[in-house]
Amino acid sequence: MFKITPEVITGEAVREAVEGPDAGAVVLFFGTVRNNTGGRPVKCLEYEAYPPMAEKKMAEIAQEIADKWGIHRVAMVHRVGRLEIGEVSVAVAVASPHRKDGFEACKYAMDRLKQIVPIWKREVWADGETEWVKPDAVYFDALKPHKTDPQTD
Amino acid sequence: MNVTVKYFAVCHEMLDRSEEEMELPEGATVQTILKRLEEEWPEIAEFYEVMQMSVNWEYATENTELVEGDEVALIPPVTGGCDV
Repeated sequence: MFKITPEVITGEAVREAVEGPDAGAVVLFFGTVRNNTGGRPVKCLEYEAYPPMAEKKMAEIAQEIADKWGIHRVAMVHRVGRLEIGEVSVAVAVASPHRKDGFEACKYAMDRLKQIVPIWKREVWADGETEWVKPDAVYFDALKPHKTDPQTD
Repeated sequence: MNVTVKYFAVCHEMLDRSEEEMELPEGATVQTILKRLEEEWPEIAEFYEVMQMSVNWEYATENTELVEGDEVALIPPVTGGCDV
C-alpha cells in the first residue's frame, strides 16, 4: 500500500496491508501533528502532495528496502489537506521476520520519504500566519541539484 | 508540441496557478520552461537553485528533452512526514 489520501489514517489498515505468515514483527510508525514548532504555537498543518509521483516514489523506497534487507512487506500512507493537532499525517508499516531489520527499515523509509517523496507542509501558526516549511538542513543538503544527472546508486 | 506543467506549494502560490498547458517548440527541454517562467516572474529564478523538476513522475534535469504530452512539474524542496 502506497497512498496519498485526504482521509483519516488508521493504524489497523496500514498494519493489515503488511501482515503475512512470514512476519515475526510489525513495526508501525505514525507521524502526528505537534502543537508547536521550535516553541511557536501551531494551530494546524496543511499538506499538499503530487499524488501519482509521491506514490511512485514510495514504491521505489519499498524496493530499496527489499534490496537492502530482503523485506517485502512495506506500506506507506501520507495524508493531505488540513490536519488538526494530534492527527496522523503519515504512517509507515514494515513487517519483517525479525524486529531489528524491521526497526531499521522503518526508520529508513521515513528518512527517504522526507528526501524524495513530493509532499509539502505548511504551518498555520496560532496567530493566523501561514508559512511553507523549509526542509531540515540535513535533508536539504541531501537534495540532488537538478543541474546534475540523478545518481544511480 | 504541448506539455502540461504543474506547480506545487510555494511555486503554486508564486505563479498563482496549479497547472497549465504550454506550447513549446520541437526539441524543447525542461530549461525552455524554466526560462519562460523566469520571463514572467524573475524572482522564481532564485528558487531554481533548490528546486527540482520532474518529467512524467520522475526527477529530471534541465537538459531533459520533452515530447508531446509530457507532464512536467516544478518540485520545491519536499517536507513531508514529520519532524522526529
